[in-house]
Amino acid sequence: MKSLDFTAIYTIWLREMKRFFRARSRLIGSLAMPLFFLLFLGMGFDAAFKFSDMPPGVNYIAFLAPGIIGMALLFNSITSGLSVIWDRQFGFLKEIMVAPVSRVSIVLGKTLGGVTTALLQGILILLIAMGIGFKITGLLGFLSAVICMILIATSFVCLGLIFASIINDMQGFHLIMTLFTFPIFILSSALFPLERLPLWLKYLSYINPLTYGVDGLRYCLIGMGHFSLALDLFVLVCFCIFMIGLSTYLFGSVEVD
Amino acid sequence: MNEHIIQIIELTKKYGNIKAVDNVSLGIRRGEIFGLLGPNGAGKTTIIKMLATLLKPTSGFAEVWHHNILKEQDAVRRSIGIVFQDPSIDTELTGRENLDFHARMYGLNKEKREKRIAEVLDLVELNDRAKAFVKFYSGGMQRRLEIARGLMHYPKVLFLDEPTLGLDAQTRHRIWEYIKRLNKAQKVTVVLTTHYMEEADYLCDRVAIIDNGKIIALDKPNNLKNAIGEDIISVQVSDGGKFSDILTKIEYIKRIRLHDDFLFLSVENGEIMIPRILRLAHEEGIFVQSVSLRKPTLEDVFLTFTGRTIREQEASVKEQIRMKAKASMRMGGKR
Repeated sequence: MKSLDFTAIYTIWLREMKRFFRARSRLIGSLAMPLFFLLFLGMGFDAAFKFSDMPPGVNYIAFLAPGIIGMALLFNSITSGLSVIWDRQFGFLKEIMVAPVSRVSIVLGKTLGGVTTALLQGILILLIAMGIGFKITGLLGFLSAVICMILIATSFVCLGLIFASIINDMQGFHLIMTLFTFPIFILSSALFPLERLPLWLKYLSYINPLTYGVDGLRYCLIGMGHFSLALDLFVLVCFCIFMIGLSTYLFGSVEVD
Repeated sequence: MNEHIIQIIELTKKYGNIKAVDNVSLGIRRGEIFGLLGPNGAGKTTIIKMLATLLKPTSGFAEVWHHNILKEQDAVRRSIGIVFQDPSIDTELTGRENLDFHARMYGLNKEKREKRIAEVLDLVELNDRAKAFVKFYSGGMQRRLEIARGLMHYPKVLFLDEPTLGLDAQTRHRIWEYIKRLNKAQKVTVVLTTHYMEEADYLCDRVAIIDNGKIIALDKPNNLKNAIGEDIISVQVSDGGKFSDILTKIEYIKRIRLHDDFLFLSVENGEIMIPRILRLAHEEGIFVQSVSLRKPTLEDVFLTFTGRTIREQEASVKEQIRMKAKASMRMGGKR
């Protein structure tokens, strides 16, 4: 079995693109939530609370914006990974699985599709935020932020695929969104700084890979962060490789009924 | 002509303690339409899935187009097309896009893709709806699209798992015509599963009757029906008792049953016997009001071999399916 089939990868990616651009309402829906968070939560908290440990010149919305980009990436990536459950439900997974194509190619096609759509949405949110006054450090910051976004998206699309290889039904999908995705988001330092958290909460945030993603984005976009950019990237790359490996392994053992 | 395109050798699939497929050996000939006939849960779909490399057999093996299903999965997959029992098309894409996806996955280049898409659409008469989203297709159209898709990559064998399940009678007949046509025009061997007797009878060159994972009979439909015996001629006459006494002496009539003024005669080759019986009635001065002939159906064949009708069998099989589901859930919920 050929391990990499680029035509197949492209074909699967192409299908994801077609589905994505046709589902306008879904696109609007998935953009609206992060934007509401950014605008309403950002302005509300900015007005109501004085956050300590903010560097001079950084208001809460500037702090929040990278976190919200991280959030959009997280939700969209996991959802597209989990879309395999839909393919299973509607039978299309069988069509994919019976083709003379390696499982690695299928995983890569799905991942690339998910990463592309998540990345588009992440960048769109960044541009909208910039449109309403969010200032970034410059072009280099923008480009390095995109690299962070790719790493985050890839990791979490793979996590979605991993869940999709283990669970079979829609109920499982909602359970995962509630039990995993939300805590990962809330404990990622997207909404509040880590400095003054109680110790146990701090440790939970430290083992959360998205924390490093959001921190990396913050370094790139506004030049501040909790860890060092090197540590952020190191953790992200390691996590990303691990997720790709695990999802390929688990997806390889999936049988279709 | 009798070259075997599929060779199944002692194929077995167990779910827990239940043998879904029990030591099946079978050869399928090149170019034929071969039917696996049996009640739901008999193991037909499991056989197809193992041949399509989607399930691993517990023991035994098979060769499809000379490729081992265990060792040469890719080669097997390239040689086969399959239409699953449940829908497996992307309804958010158009008909053409579904075919295009398939063609790309099987590595057809652009030129071949377009030529072949036109061909298969033509075959199932979906040209004018090719650009519509599949979600707007009727059940019959979706089936036709799936059959077309199964043919996209010029497979040697096309598997059809219950191709007309859930379709109305008219659509069913249309699908049958497509299957006959593609078998001839595309020279593709067809292996189909069904629990419809008429379907197997009408379509298949040879039929394997399968029950509880075992093949219990295998032959041409006509041979199967002839093997279990006789046709039934029913004659409505003016004097049933008298005619019955006369017929008892005739050797080619094997059994006579009298019911009011109806006589039920068990004979071989019923259509040849009807004129003889009528002539006899005429000679004896007996007035015949009506005659009808009933040929044995595959249903009778199934009844003879298993002692049950296929419908009775389906009721008891439901219990087994439930147990199978439980067994596979214990195996980690992955199926």
